[in-house]
Amino acid sequence: MTAVARAARFVPSPAGIGLARYVVLRNVTAFRRAWLLLLSGFVEPVFYLFSIGVGLGALVRTVTTDSGTVVPYAEFVAPALLAASAMNGAIADSTYNVFFKLRYQRLYDAILATPVGPRDIAVGEILWSLMRGALYSAMFLAVAWVAGLVHSWWALLAVPAALLVGLAFGAVGMFATTFMSSWQHFDYITLAVQPMFLFSATFFPLSTYPEALQWLVAATPLYHGVALERSLVLGEVSWGLLWHVGYLAALGVVGVVGTSRRIATLLLT
Amino acid sequence: MTDDVLLHARGLTKSFGDFTAVDGIDVLVRRGEAFGFLGPNGAGKSSTMKMVGCVSPATGGELRILGMDPAVDGPAIRARLGVCPQQDMLDEDLSVEENLWVYGRFFGLSRREVRARTDKLLDFAQLTERRHDRVEPLSGGMKRRLTIARALVNNPEVLLLDEPTTGLDPQARHVLWDRLYRLKRDGVTLIITTHYMDEAEQLCDRLVVMDHGRIVAEGSPRQLIDTYSTREVVELRFAVDEQERHVEAVRGVADRVEELPDRLLVYTADGDDTLAALHDRGVRPLSALVRRSTLEDVFLHLTGRSLVD
Repeated sequence: MTAVARAARFVPSPAGIGLARYVVLRNVTAFRRAWLLLLSGFVEPVFYLFSIGVGLGALVRTVTTDSGTVVPYAEFVAPALLAASAMNGAIADSTYNVFFKLRYQRLYDAILATPVGPRDIAVGEILWSLMRGALYSAMFLAVAWVAGLVHSWWALLAVPAALLVGLAFGAVGMFATTFMSSWQHFDYITLAVQPMFLFSATFFPLSTYPEALQWLVAATPLYHGVALERSLVLGEVSWGLLWHVGYLAALGVVGVVGTSRRIATLLLT
Repeated sequence: MTDDVLLHARGLTKSFGDFTAVDGIDVLVRRGEAFGFLGPNGAGKSSTMKMVGCVSPATGGELRILGMDPAVDGPAIRARLGVCPQQDMLDEDLSVEENLWVYGRFFGLSRREVRARTDKLLDFAQLTERRHDRVEPLSGGMKRRLTIARALVNNPEVLLLDEPTTGLDPQARHVLWDRLYRLKRDGVTLIITTHYMDEAEQLCDRLVVMDHGRIVAEGSPRQLIDTYSTREVVELRFAVDEQERHVEAVRGVADRVEELPDRLLVYTADGDDTLAALHDRGVRPLSALVRRSTLEDVFLHLTGRSLVD
């Protein structure tokens, strides 16, 4: 978890002095009374898994993946839902929650009066979001395993991969949030997230798209998350996966640096 | 000697685009002082406080806090400051005591240190019985006291208070003043902004009067009153539309007369003598009040405007 903090220190960005963990601690304390809320992030992908994966899977039976293997539909969809839920969780955390803290609760104004700097806040909020994401992904993976949808040991790497997806979307989502001034602006987030959820080769393989659209799909961040998760859970591992890792990590760095700068611009005037 | 100087500003300026909020002020605050920035809304007090609190970079001039430069050592300075902002900005997701715990950790204090200080601070803020409660239902005075307690969690050498009693009822204000006296007695340097004259007179050893981003006067409350006002003031109220008619007669008996919409302020060394003289001239106000000069009178004299509109 400090790897993110360390990485953030090497790129030029506004001051932070390694106090991000106390921003995490603040969130942990706030959630001690609301731990039931934590569970909400877990049930959604499980519902999808059983309605679409298992329910629809009974009609579709099998799918030929982009790497050419034939797998039961539920096994095809489960890793994609893992990626999608990592995205949804990170977006919810980094947009609605951060917007409220930034504009209404004035939480960050109060924190910036202490030695904590803007980068500590950005890194701390992302870390907290990732901790929740790790919990959700692990639980989801356990459910998928119990349901008999996981056969490869590579699937254990699906949890850190989900964190990478969370990092990318959380950081970029938070960056976007710092530009928002009203709740209406959240419609833009929905506008970006919804189609990604449906069309990032989540529910059907990339090969089913017309060729012209394939490159567009392959350019979206969720596609990289889905492709990475699917390869790991199905055990189809190759060096090519590093391309997905690099893409998502780069988004994460851009988001964290951008967010720190924006917090400084907005609050340290 | 310089060890003694906690805050030193020279030609300090803050601009937002074309607007100059703070226009080249010189300020010096020594350890143990209670120092005030007095002025109406928009005078530049809060902008000054933000620069001193190291959350707003100066546009120009020189600023040293605890001997350090905020542009370089912001976190190190903030570690030794306590900040009580104008809005409470308490963490409403946390309980009263959690607000202190969590805030203390932001200063890098250990869990044990923070817990030990929390008991003392809750006692100081008279909130021990509410320690497990959520923040939201607390009264305005309680929230304000909790904000001050929170600002004290790092044992600051300087406590910055931006309009500490604005919006509080009179009783809550007196409770708060009492708490601030205690801090002062314990050697904490207080830097206060206010637009309340009585507050400045009660709390400040020394103050500057600000208007339009500039310092227009400086001194102890007593010095300012002696320099810019008379010993006593007579407030005269007349029936509606009568005031106009009496102004000339009143001017004849006093050093200075200020016309406010609802009353005349007559500046004089001896209020009772003045009243007698007015009586002799046939001036019959509805009511007449003799009082001592306050900082309000100083401000009126310096700017020609009343402080609280």
